Amino acid sequence: MNIDSIKNGIVIDHIAAGRGMKLYRLLNLDALDCTVALIKNVGSRKMEKKDIIKIDADIDVNMDILGYVDQNVTVNIIRDGEIVEKKQIALPERLTNVICCKNPRCITSTEQELPHIFRLTDAQNGVYRCLYCETQAEKTAE
Amino acid sequence: MKSLIDIQDLTPAEIDELIVTANDIIENPKKYSEVCRGKKLATLFFEPSTRTRLSFEAAMYELGGNVMSVSSGASSSAAKGESVADTAKTVSCYADIIAMRHPKEGAPLVAAMNASIPVINAGDGGHNHPTQTLTDLLTISREKGRLDNLTVGFCGDLKFGRTVHSLISALSRYTGIKIVLISPEELTVPSYITTDVLEKNGIDYEQTTDLLSALPELDILYMTRVQKERFFNEEDYLRLKDSYILTPDKLKGAKSDLCIMHPLPRVNEIAIAIDDDPRACYFKQVFNGKIIRMALMMKLLEVHV
Ligand SMILES: [Zn+2]
Repeated sequence: MNIDSIKNGIVIDHIAAGRGMKLYRLLNLDALDCTVALIKNVGSRKMEKKDIIKIDADIDVNMDILGYVDQNVTVNIIRDGEIVEKKQIALPERLTNVICCKNPRCITSTEQELPHIFRLTDAQNGVYRCLYCETQAEKTAE
Repeated sequence: MKSLIDIQDLTPAEIDELIVTANDIIENPKKYSEVCRGKKLATLFFEPSTRTRLSFEAAMYELGGNVMSVSSGASSSAAKGESVADTAKTVSCYADIIAMRHPKEGAPLVAAMNASIPVINAGDGGHNHPTQTLTDLLTISREKGRLDNLTVGFCGDLKFGRTVHSLISALSRYTGIKIVLISPEELTVPSYITTDVLEKNGIDYEQTTDLLSALPELDILYMTRVQKERFFNEEDYLRLKDSYILTPDKLKGAKSDLCIMHPLPRVNEIAIAIDDDPRACYFKQVFNGKIIRMALMMKLLEVHV
């Protein structure tokens, strides 16, 4: 399978196999007009299999979402066909409107206008909890 | 603007400071009788809790301030669909401090994020109730003269009891604490209490189903109600309920200076006969609750004597 290399844009590489689609959805890539490629189950030297997303436009990607879904991804910024920048990903301290609280007793369940905010409460285990009710978010791997 | 939403919002030093003020209020009530003159407390109770509301209101009156009260009902703004954020902004124009009780978890935090005056969480569903925890800490401190080096037993429904979870978290910041968790197997503490609170803070703890054998080593016994609806079947409830009822007979093996606590209201988990025992502290807790709320409101309003 051959995907044209991009001139100006972003390549999100080394996504754990199976999480590419989740990233695609959370990053709202279906709303873009430019060419976007989601490549699944690519053979890789570093990993058994990986997913790759290529975006043929110089857009701002929400790094918090990347960090939350998979902090091992690499982000390459491409200009004129060359990698000009590799971005480091870290677990974000706060996630705003990335995931929703599912606790039916949480204030966010009745007040729709409230932003859904999650805080990183345990960096070692990547645990996020709802700012309002402290319910733990589901692990990203699932 | 400082608010109190979660007991962890306060450092142990700030809790000590509140306890010092509370003790001084008890000794010199006159000194404090006018310190909040002209200040207004708004009690916004979107869920009925008469005893908590009365405690806040009595506390503000004893400081010489005034109270505006909104309890839930068909005519309240919440019933008309007003958001917590808008309610907080509106009430900020009228009052100097808010005490909010709400059935939804996190509602007082939303209020604090939007109010321009301090907000005190007076209970948000099964989540937090920090003034109850302050009440318990003041009671322990007054009865024992310290908050460290204590063996504290919690008995009854430890699974759903938010007062229990919150007091365990608060106590786990002190040294020399040993926690004894006494409950039927169906109602043990959630695992995050043992892993994230007790083990993480290196607190010595023990889990048992037997109140009688745990009693002799305790300095504090914190009783809670074992509710019938928590059990899957009636048989289990009937089999277990009497094991977690405190009677004068069971107290024979306890220390002479044991302090028996209960967040109240009680149903039958502490026999009435124990009320006259000098070790019964649950009605002192009610009094201490008013006092610590006085100290807290003074702190948040930055009122000095
Ligand atoms: Zn929540």
